[in-house]
Amino acid sequence: MALLELTEVHAGYGAIKALHGVSVSVEPGSIVAILGANGAGKTTTLRSISGMVKSAGRITFDGKEITNHKPEDIARRGIAHVPEGRGTLAQLTVWENLQMGAYVRRDRRRVKQDYDRVMEYFPWMGRRRDQVAALLSGGEQQMLAIGRALMMAPRLLLLDEPSLGLAPIVIREIFEIVGTISKEQDLTVLIVEQNANLALRAAQRAYVLEVGRVVLEGPAAELARHESVRKSYLGQ
Amino acid sequence: MIELVSGNPVQAFVQQVVSGLASGAVYASLALSLVLIYRAMDVANFAQGEMAMFSTFIAYALITGFHLPYLIAFALTIAISFGGGVLIERVVIRPFEGSSVLTLVIVTLALFSIVNGTAGLIWGYVFKTFDSPFQFGAVHFQGLYIGYQDLGIIGVTLVVLALVFVFFRYTKLGLAMRAASLYPEASRLLGVRTGWMLAFGWGISAAVGAVSGMMIAPVVFLDPGFMQPVLLFAFVGAVLGGIESPLGAVVGGVLVGVLLALLGTYVPGGENLRIAMGLVVIVAVLLIKPAGLFGRSEVRRV
Repeated sequence: MALLELTEVHAGYGAIKALHGVSVSVEPGSIVAILGANGAGKTTTLRSISGMVKSAGRITFDGKEITNHKPEDIARRGIAHVPEGRGTLAQLTVWENLQMGAYVRRDRRRVKQDYDRVMEYFPWMGRRRDQVAALLSGGEQQMLAIGRALMMAPRLLLLDEPSLGLAPIVIREIFEIVGTISKEQDLTVLIVEQNANLALRAAQRAYVLEVGRVVLEGPAAELARHESVRKSYLGQ
Repeated sequence: MIELVSGNPVQAFVQQVVSGLASGAVYASLALSLVLIYRAMDVANFAQGEMAMFSTFIAYALITGFHLPYLIAFALTIAISFGGGVLIERVVIRPFEGSSVLTLVIVTLALFSIVNGTAGLIWGYVFKTFDSPFQFGAVHFQGLYIGYQDLGIIGVTLVVLALVFVFFRYTKLGLAMRAASLYPEASRLLGVRTGWMLAFGWGISAAVGAVSGMMIAPVVFLDPGFMQPVLLFAFVGAVLGGIESPLGAVVGGVLVGVLLALLGTYVPGGENLRIAMGLVVIVAVLLIKPAGLFGRSEVRRV
């Protein structure tokens, strides 16, 4: 059974409709990518999953309906959403950012384990734990956002354009880490990207959105060979 | 406040500074309660003084009506004020969530009248005395006379400020409240119930304000308007220190207390210029350094 299932989801901002019946299915343990141009509805898809935007249709997580639940309740069910712009708590320190990730958790021992694991993935954080997050570079802020999401011990990680504004070498590093984490922790990831190349390499399955509709879907490797994807999104 | 004329001008000056510190401590705690709410919702709560006044009347009722010992009444009043603050946010402020700042300002002004009128209805407009928990008398030190009253006010205020600091700096809930006020969207995605965080903020703010009311009440008289000048000077302190900065509010409040004490001593007729002086300070700060002494623009990497 799919961990996350979107069925015919419509959503928008006031009179402007951004999604016109999007259906997406995410199997547990997999990385799924959503590709598309600016304004295709990628971010809105993630925002309707995490309850940040009102939607019609049906969204289920682990078999239970979560459509239009409050964002804080959806987060508590185990969905970690790293939003556009990374949601860095800029005036708080690295340590405080990570601690906020574990805000709803009561199991101190496991939190400590997750903290140690985050330190293994991102060793620099330990050395700079008392630094204000605003002073980190863009790549470091993205890593901090991912680390903070891991502190939630989520079952599903939503990543919104992790590559935005970052240098190619940093982007590659981040995708590598996300791949490793997903594999090692059996973490399900739904990733939204404009950088189709990397996303298709990291993901097992992918969807292509165009003006609020899914126009293509399938195994990532197949989509990477698809004529129109190569032309429109891979620049070949 | 006890003042004894001293022949030595330096001593007289220090004497005034010390007594200014005590009233400054009261302005500081009310200024802090203003800043706590301002940071959370970008709105100055004009009812802050009236809420503190109401709290003080509750303490008065507990002491004179229920004959509770001062300390118990003090603690109970703080707890009731916290609950009252939470309740006010949930009932009065919540329905206006997301409204413009102007709307919220008007809501706090309405709250001002409601709280003031309710207190008048219950306790009347006749001045009442609020007994001091501190002994009458003074400490003699190097030719200075420092009243127990002043020392007590300064001490209690320091303890309250330290508790507030520790809460926001070192507890998980305090951290979540800071995060929720600075980054509401990102905090919700982490599972923080931001609405309740704001309500707790109102609760803490009301509790801190209650302390300022109970500290100043023995020095002045108790009536439904007794916190209004205090609120004005607390505002002056908050603006002077930087309306976004808790530390600034405290330093600003203390500075205003000292400034007013010196004004009363060294300027002929200065006692009557206090309010004018307060407004002059506000205007001066807004003209020269709008962010206040401790106000800083956001840290950002460019």
